[in-house]
Amino acid sequence: MASQNSTTNQPRINFHTLATVFRCFHFLKPYLWLTVGSYLGLLTINLLKIVSPQLIRWIIDKGIGGKDLNLLTWAILGLLGLTVLKGVATFLEGRWTEVASQHVAFDARNAIQSKLTDLSFSYHDRVQAGQLLSRTIQDVDRIRFLTGRAIVRIIDSIILLIGTAVILIWMNPQLGLLSILAMPILVYRAVQFGGKVRYLAVRIQNQLALLTTRIEQNLRGARVVKAFAQEDREIARFNEANETWFDLSTQTNRIESVNLPMLDLIANIGTVAILWYGGWLVIHQQLTLGELVSFTTYLGQLVFPIRNLGSVIPAVAIASAAADRVFEILDSTSDVKDAPGAVPMPPVRGDVRFENVTFTYSKRGHVLEKINFEAPAGSVVALVGPTGSGKTTIVNLIPRFYDPTSGKITIDGQDIRNYTLHSLRNQVGIVLQETSLFATTVRANIAFGRPDASEEEVVTAAKAAQAHEFILEMPKGYDTILGEKGVNLSGGQKQRLAIARVILMDPRILILDDATSSVDTGTEFLIQQAFDQLMVGRTTFVIAHRLSTVYKADIILVLDKGKIVAQGKHGELMRTSPLYAEICERQLKPEDDAADALQRQRMEGR
Amino acid sequence: MSFKIGTSGVHMGPGGALDRFGGHAADGVFFNKNVVLRMLSFLLPYRGKMALAFLLMLVSTGMVLLTPYLMKITIDQYITTRNEQGLALVAGLTAAAFLGLYFSSAGQRYLLTWVGQRVLTNLRSTLFEHLQRLSLGYHDTHFVGVTVSRVINDVAVINDLLSQGLIALISDVLVLAGIITVMVSMNWRLALLTFTAIPVMILATYLFSLRARSAFRETRSRIAALVGDLAEDISGMRVIQAFAQEKTSQQRFERVNEANRDAHINAMSLSFIFLPVIELISMMATAIVLWFGGRWVIQGDETVTLGVMVAFLAYATRFFQPIQELSRLYTTMQSAMAGGEQVLALLDTPPAVQDAPGAQEMPPIRGDITFEDVTFAYRPDREPVLHNINLQIKAGQTVALVGPTGAGKTSIANLIARFYDVSGGAVRIDGIDVRSVTQQSLRRQMGLVSQDSFLFAGTIADNIRFGRLDASQAEVEQAARLANAHEFILRQPDGYQTQIQESAVNLSAGQRQLICIARAVLANPRILILDEATANIDPMNEILIQDALRRFLHGRTAIVVAHRLSTIRDADLICVISDGKIVEQGSHSSLLAQGGLYAALSARQFVDASQ
Repeated sequence: MASQNSTTNQPRINFHTLATVFRCFHFLKPYLWLTVGSYLGLLTINLLKIVSPQLIRWIIDKGIGGKDLNLLTWAILGLLGLTVLKGVATFLEGRWTEVASQHVAFDARNAIQSKLTDLSFSYHDRVQAGQLLSRTIQDVDRIRFLTGRAIVRIIDSIILLIGTAVILIWMNPQLGLLSILAMPILVYRAVQFGGKVRYLAVRIQNQLALLTTRIEQNLRGARVVKAFAQEDREIARFNEANETWFDLSTQTNRIESVNLPMLDLIANIGTVAILWYGGWLVIHQQLTLGELVSFTTYLGQLVFPIRNLGSVIPAVAIASAAADRVFEILDSTSDVKDAPGAVPMPPVRGDVRFENVTFTYSKRGHVLEKINFEAPAGSVVALVGPTGSGKTTIVNLIPRFYDPTSGKITIDGQDIRNYTLHSLRNQVGIVLQETSLFATTVRANIAFGRPDASEEEVVTAAKAAQAHEFILEMPKGYDTILGEKGVNLSGGQKQRLAIARVILMDPRILILDDATSSVDTGTEFLIQQAFDQLMVGRTTFVIAHRLSTVYKADIILVLDKGKIVAQGKHGELMRTSPLYAEICERQLKPEDDAADALQRQRMEGR
Repeated sequence: MSFKIGTSGVHMGPGGALDRFGGHAADGVFFNKNVVLRMLSFLLPYRGKMALAFLLMLVSTGMVLLTPYLMKITIDQYITTRNEQGLALVAGLTAAAFLGLYFSSAGQRYLLTWVGQRVLTNLRSTLFEHLQRLSLGYHDTHFVGVTVSRVINDVAVINDLLSQGLIALISDVLVLAGIITVMVSMNWRLALLTFTAIPVMILATYLFSLRARSAFRETRSRIAALVGDLAEDISGMRVIQAFAQEKTSQQRFERVNEANRDAHINAMSLSFIFLPVIELISMMATAIVLWFGGRWVIQGDETVTLGVMVAFLAYATRFFQPIQELSRLYTTMQSAMAGGEQVLALLDTPPAVQDAPGAQEMPPIRGDITFEDVTFAYRPDREPVLHNINLQIKAGQTVALVGPTGAGKTSIANLIARFYDVSGGAVRIDGIDVRSVTQQSLRRQMGLVSQDSFLFAGTIADNIRFGRLDASQAEVEQAARLANAHEFILRQPDGYQTQIQESAVNLSAGQRQLICIARAVLANPRILILDEATANIDPMNEILIQDALRRFLHGRTAIVVAHRLSTIRDADLICVISDGKIVEQGSHSSLLAQGGLYAALSARQFVDASQ
């Protein structure tokens, strides 16, 4: 996990960081005017912050000191007016910054999601869902912070620092220089402190993530933990991680307790120095009392922006690391994409040919080697072979979830890479063993491939998939919302919805996995019927787990270690292919009882 | 001693507002005496540290109150009277006061945080240990995510209250009382006039919290929807692409994304209104001091001096901080109460299955299992799932449980391992009631492979070793060979040291199940429960494993739950379960001859398979 990597290397500001930060600001381009507006607001706020202490000085020196009641009233009204003005500027600056940066997050998230839907299976095989989620949610949020609040705070602090320094020196050069003396120390301490704490904060965050994983794993595996009587070891492991968290937290606590009040102390001691020296100047009539008061006010205004600076600068480094992870997704290119000049696939008959197809996942050996076969339109092709022999890989190549490393696949004589992905996949239907349903209505799930399907079509498809009856038994029938991943359905029910989904698409080419082993025999029977309905009149590729499937197949491909070791019909393969015979033999071992005898007769009679 | 004239003293950026008002969902009571007392009892072991922190808090409050007063003295008594020595003396005193403030606030901060984090760590450990004692019944009825959030989030909320909230409450009240006293004693008329801003401030804060709470609640539900939508897109990505529905999924995501964006802009905009309003109210207090105070100075009122005014300005800004803090504390209190109730409820849940007082260790098991008239319901208020089960299993037998989904096969297996306790009757192993021995000693002699084939994050070797930590590499490999897993494990990038990934993309369901079988085998159980243990394994592999298992099971008792005929045919005893009852039992051939449910089930599988 990338978040764990950052445990070891502390985010730092360097050239690469700056380049990434710069790239993040490209997201702000469409919101240029909003950004300009908010920076203007910022400038106004700071101007007012620098002006109001002058007004207070005026009130004390001229109004109260000069005993001018009229002036006093007007100056106070002016002060309130300035505050209102500043409030308006604060609101506008805040809102515009927020709007711009929220739009940045919105755009970035849309871009990531679009990218993810474009990236082919090989990408999704590699990455973890949790990773993608945390990048799209948390990491994008850090980019939002960077392009919004963070930059505003930095600019804010810099303007205020410079503005205050200028006005202090203008008011009284000696006292001004004395006051500014404390600033570099403050900035240095704040930044240094921010860095230390951020580094620990990242480690604490990771440790907390580890704790969360430990608990989650332990709870999900509660049955296993209990079955193997490993409660005590689980407790020991958890406590160890928990204590590590405490140690890290205490370290942070120590640093924070020493340093945060320290920033106040530095500022306060600065104020005392000014009071002393300034008081001396007042006594010697080189400074007015009002000036002295406004001096301390200016210094007080500076403490919080500087504190902010201390937390923002390390946050920039962290945001830049987050942005790197986001750009990594955005910069990925799909292994499978439309060729230049790809055309939509016309309605096909369904002749599928594999010509010398070889396939290699990155870095591993050949998964498929020189696969050649032909499936005429409307035929049923059964794929048989041990686990890992390449059955799933072959079917994944037909809708171009992956592209062959060499060789080609044709449909009706045309290389499938000449067609657009979208049009190809519209004519290929798939029912996999692990069914993915969406958290929406049953109807929307069935109509997933054809959102425009009529109610009648949906019901017809459900009936053909043997799903209509159990759907009607659900609380709201076709309008029942399925839980996350369709948890409130049994495996067999999910499978039948997946079949209905494909029936509705009416594809010319069909890919399915006939495994139904986790359902009882009654349900299994229904699913088999649905499968039979589905196959009629389509070129079908079946990953076969049952004898009934191979009996009715027109072609059986026997796969072993990525090669087709035999192909033909059941009867001839039983004679010619020892591997095939073994697979069939092992699945149903003959015994002297009626059912088996019947079984064997049927097998041989075919 | 900064006078923040013109600033509100509210150190709450918009981000801070988000944390305070939006961080924790809280719709609970404000105060629950039982919860508070129980939570305070967690602090008891650290009362010394808490007392010291309290002392330091008193010191720092004193210093906070003292410094503006010193400022007044400086101006009134030394600057206006031109007393240079006095000036130096007071400046020195002020510096000393600030140093005192530094040490007391640093010490107080460190102690309080330390105690809070210590209590938090203890509480997490206690909760985790308690979760280990709870029986499966609890885990069946509670979502993992919710329980995780109890141990991580709710506990943290309690920490917020204990370490910061309570002390902050006391210190804020003290500061407020102190400031009011000092201000009234310096000039009561000016003080009362300044206080007129307080109700306005409280009203504004109250109105804001009302609006903010619902606005931030909205942001939380929007972001949850966003995460949910995206998680579903990612897990269903293959289906989306297979059905060429990229466009629809992008459009849907964009809508959810947009709602999230707008909710956030809306909520944050509220903060951007709130902050200037607070600042304006604070400035009004400053204006009151300046205008009335200024007038009185000009009119020559002796009770008001320039020093008094400067001190008033400093106090007036400090004065709003505790009021703000107190209103935020209200929110913290609410969520801490809600969190506390949940955490305590979890801690107080008794385990449904407990070791009997004086439970003995289970002696080495031979393997006879007897069900005597067993009735069982998962919860007392539910229908029983098993009715009057009577079953005799002899040591060394392999017993298959078959029957339709939901018939009660897994429940029977669960009772043998005592994951649940029977509602009536008894389960005996070697004649000993399983309730009379310790759970650990019983389960240590059992092995379980279930359909969901759960593996822990860690290496493959770690997972196989789970039940026997001291097993050597050779033993691990031997177990893996027996489960027919050795070869594919060697093909993984790092062999036995390959990390099992969370999403398990690197292992198929069948391969995971093989590892589970190796894990159970290595634990060297006397009784092995195979609950659909080979459901995800292809028939070729299954045959190989069954041959190996048959050898392994020699002399051990095995309970096999399966649908596949090939898996159950060779069992010594087949029990057909239907609607929570054993309807038939016998060997494969005798049951076929009976022509009952078993014959029907198996015929269906054959007919089905040979269409």
